[in-house]
Amino acid sequence: MSEMAGQAAVIEAPRNRFLTPLNQRRLANFRKNRRGYWSLWIFLVLFLATLGSEFIANDRPIIASYKGELLFPAFVDYPEEKFGGFFAITNYRDDFIADEIKANGWAIWPPIRFNYQTVDGFLPYSGAVAPSWLMSFEDNCARYPLQAADPNCHWGNFHWLGTDDRGRDVVARLLYGFRISVLFGLTLTIISSVIGVVAGAVQGYFGGWVDLVFQRVIEIWTSIPALYLLLIISSVIAPNFWVLLGILLLFSWVALVGIVRAEFLRGRNFEYIAAARALGVSNATIMFRHLLPNAMVATLTFMPFILSGSVVTLTSLDLLGFGLPPGSPSLGELLAQGKNNLQAPWLGLTGFFTIAIMMTLLVFIGEAVRDAFDPRKSMA
Amino acid sequence: MTAPLLSIRDLTIAFGTNEATRRISFDIAPGETVALVGESGSGKSVTALSVLKLLPPSAKLSGQILFKGKDLVTVAQAELRAVRGNDISMIFQEPMSSLNPVHTIESQIGEVLAIHRGLRATAARKRTLELLDAVGIPDPASRLSSYPHQLSGGQRQRVMIAMALANEPDLLIADEPTTALDVTVQAQILTLLKSLQQRLGMAMLFITHDLGIVKKIADRVCVMTNGEIVESGPVATLFANPQHAYTRHLLAAEPRGTPPLSDPTAPSIIDVADLKVWFPIRRGLLRRTVGHIKAVDGVDLSIRRGETLGVVGESGSGKSTLGYAVLRLIPSDGRIVVLGNEVQSRSWKAMRPLRADMQIVFQDPYGSLSPRLSVDQIIGEGLSVHMPQLTASERDDRVVKALEEVGLPPAARFRYPHEFSGGQRQRIAIARAMVLEPKFVVLDEPTSALDVSIQAQVVDLLRDIQQRRGLTYMFISHDLKVVRALANQLIVMRNGRIVEQGEAAAIFAAPQSDYTKTLMAAAFNTEVIAPQNLDPARPVTP
Repeated sequence: MSEMAGQAAVIEAPRNRFLTPLNQRRLANFRKNRRGYWSLWIFLVLFLATLGSEFIANDRPIIASYKGELLFPAFVDYPEEKFGGFFAITNYRDDFIADEIKANGWAIWPPIRFNYQTVDGFLPYSGAVAPSWLMSFEDNCARYPLQAADPNCHWGNFHWLGTDDRGRDVVARLLYGFRISVLFGLTLTIISSVIGVVAGAVQGYFGGWVDLVFQRVIEIWTSIPALYLLLIISSVIAPNFWVLLGILLLFSWVALVGIVRAEFLRGRNFEYIAAARALGVSNATIMFRHLLPNAMVATLTFMPFILSGSVVTLTSLDLLGFGLPPGSPSLGELLAQGKNNLQAPWLGLTGFFTIAIMMTLLVFIGEAVRDAFDPRKSMA
Repeated sequence: MTAPLLSIRDLTIAFGTNEATRRISFDIAPGETVALVGESGSGKSVTALSVLKLLPPSAKLSGQILFKGKDLVTVAQAELRAVRGNDISMIFQEPMSSLNPVHTIESQIGEVLAIHRGLRATAARKRTLELLDAVGIPDPASRLSSYPHQLSGGQRQRVMIAMALANEPDLLIADEPTTALDVTVQAQILTLLKSLQQRLGMAMLFITHDLGIVKKIADRVCVMTNGEIVESGPVATLFANPQHAYTRHLLAAEPRGTPPLSDPTAPSIIDVADLKVWFPIRRGLLRRTVGHIKAVDGVDLSIRRGETLGVVGESGSGKSTLGYAVLRLIPSDGRIVVLGNEVQSRSWKAMRPLRADMQIVFQDPYGSLSPRLSVDQIIGEGLSVHMPQLTASERDDRVVKALEEVGLPPAARFRYPHEFSGGQRQRIAIARAMVLEPKFVVLDEPTSALDVSIQAQVVDLLRDIQQRRGLTYMFISHDLKVVRALANQLIVMRNGRIVEQGEAAAIFAAPQSDYTKTLMAAAFNTEVIAPQNLDPARPVTP
C-alpha cells in the first residue's frame, strides 16, 4: 500500500541540493529555538559592526577633501608633507592638521575619534579616566585650551566608557578587541576543525594499526600541559597573531578527532559504504562523499563551543600577558587593566560584560545548533 | 460462546493528525489464539502495544479496550501496572534487545516474580527453574547466571517467553516473536508457544506478517491494512475463501514462477576452489591466535553463464560472508576466478576495473542507500568511476534507462532515498548495480527486508533482468520459497560448510541431507514440525 502512495507522490522538478528536506527541518528546528536564533542575529550584527571598527572608532577621518583632492585617510597613509607638515605619518587629531584641512576642504570623521592605540592628550586628569557621562561637560573638557568652549570639546572626543591607565579610549579598544577575538577564534576553530576532521576520518576509516598508533599519540599529546608549554614558547618567541594561532593549534586540533573517529568507525560498516566499495569507488571519495556528511553533524554541533573555547583561551593568555603583543587591543588585556586598576571599575566591568555577553551568545547559538541537528528532534 | 477475555471496540490510535488505526474492533475469547496479520505500516504492532498502553505519550487513544470488563484506556497507571506482566504479558520481536544485557537471566525473570508475586530468593529461584524447564532450556540450573549474549537467539526468545509466562497470564501478546529467528528455530518456538498455551489455557494475540505462521498457530485471524481490519474470521474459512481483495492479494503474494532454464553447456564464469574465511580468535596479553571462527570453510563452487546459484542457510551459516569473499569485499584464502581472471592476487586498486562486471545488491534497502545523496548521485556514482569519459547528459541518459528498467519513473532520480518505500528503495539499489552492465551479480537477501507482496515483485523484476541480459546471479537467502523461484543450482550451507550442493529442482524434490530436510520441512510444511535438536548454541565469540 505504501508502495502505491510513494509512487503517486513522485514529483517532476529537480530538488534544491542544499535545502534538502532534512536541512529544511533542521533550519526550522534552529528557528524554533528563539533564544539561539536571536543570539545568532545579535552576534552577527556585533561581529559585522566590529569588522568595520575603522569606521566607528578611528583617529583619522574616513573621507577628507583637501585642496580639491578627495582623500581616504582611513585606508591610505598620507605623509604629513601633503598638509604642509614634516612627519612621515599624519596625526589628523593635531590642531595644525585639523585647521589646515578645515581651511582647504572638509573631513568626515567616525563617531569616535580615537582608535585602539590613540592616547588622548587632553584628558581631564592622569591615569584611567572615568566614563564621560559620569562627569560634567566642563570637567570632560577641563584640559582643552578653551575648556568647554574649545571646538574639540564634542561627543566625538569624549570617552563613553572611560580610558585605560594609558589614556586610550575603552570603547575603541573594545571594538577592535572584540573583532580580533572573534577573528582569532574563528580562524583557530576552522583550521583545527579541518585538521581534526581529517585526522579523525583517517583513523576511523582505516581502523586497525593506524587507529591504534594514532590514538596513543593523541593520548600522549593531550597529556602535555598545554598552558605551561604556551607560557614557555611565548616567552621565547615574540608572539603575534599567527604565532599564537600556530601554538594554540598544536593542541586544539585534537578536540574533534574523537567524535569524528567514532562516526567514521560506525559509518564504515554501513551497507552503503560496502556498496560504494563494491562499485570500486576510491577510499578518498568514500570518506569525503559518503562518510563525511555523517561526521559533519557532530562537528557542526561542537563548533560554536570550540569557538567560545578558543576566544576564552586567547583572552586568558592576554590576561596573563603572554598573548598578543603589547599595545594590541584585546579583551584579556582590558581585564588585566581592570585587575590592576581597581580604582577604575569601568575597566573590569566593561571587560567582564563584553566577554560574558559574547560567551552567552555563543553558547546559546551552540545549543540551538545542537538542537537543530538532534536526530530525535528532527524526526518529530 | 463465553464472554470475551479481551474486547477491543472502535479503537483509534492517532499520532498527531496521522491515524495509525481507525476504529478497529475484535474480541479474544479465553484460551483462543487470534492472529493479527498485515504488512509493515498496517498498524498491527501499534494495536498490540496499545493494549498495555505501551505507546509513546504522543499517541492519542479513543475507543475501548475491555479486559475482563475493565476499560484499559481509562484505567489509572497503578492499576495498569498490576495488569501488565501479570494478567497480560508480552513478547517482542527482537530477543537481543528486549532482554537487558547487563542482568543475568535469573535476575530478569526474578524481577517479574518479585513485582507481582512478592517471591524472593529461594522461592523465586525455584519458580525460575520451573519456568526455564517449561520453555525447554536445557540444564536450566547452569543457565541462571548467564547473560543474554551467552545465549543463542532461540534461547533468548525462550527466556523472554519464560518471563512472559512467569505469572501465568490470561492473555499473551506476541509481537512477531519469531521474525528475527531462523526457520528451524521459528518452528520450535511456535511449537513451544502452542503447547504452553494448551497447558496453561491462556489466550494469545499473535502479531505477524507471515501467513504461513498464522496457518500453523491461530484459531481466528484479523487481516489489517492501512489501520483498518478488512477481514476477520476463523483461519480455515478465511484461507479457503478470502472475501476481501487485500486478503486475496496477500495470499497470492508468495513468490511464484520458476527460474529461467539454464544452458548446461554454457562456460562457467565464476570458479571458486577451497575458499576459506577464517577470523582469528585472539586471547591473552600478546593477542596470540588461539583458534579461528570459520565463517566459510573450504567451499568449492562454480556458476555457469546465465545461471542462478542459490545459497541457502540459516543466520551464521556463512552464506553472506561467502558472497562478500567472492567479490573480494573481505579478505579470504583460496582460488577465485571471475570471468577468467584470477582475482585473489589482485590489489584493491587492480580490482577496480573488474568491479563493473561484478556487482552486489544488499539485504537492507534502508541501509544500503546513502541517505544524503539523491537517487541520480547514487546510481551515477559507479558510472563516474568506471566510465569517466561520459558527459553529464550521457550519464543522465544511462541513469534514466536504469530507473526505467527497474520500473521507476525518471523523475525519481531527483529525490532522496527516504522518500521511497522499501520496495522502491530496493529497486534503486538494483538499478545502481545494473547501470554498470555487470555480468555477475551477488544478491544478498535482496527480498528479506521487504513485505511479502513486494517480495514477489522484486523476484519477478530480478528474473526479468536476468533473462533480458543473460546475467549470472548468486542468490543468497534464508527464504527457500524465494530461492525456489529463482535458482537453477543450489548450495545449502551450515556453519561455514556446504551441506548439500546440486541442481535446485532435484534438491527441492528430494533433499538428501538431514539438515536440508529439516530446513525444507520448516519452510514449506504448514504443520508445526516436531522439535529437533537443531538449536545448537553457536560457538561464543570471546
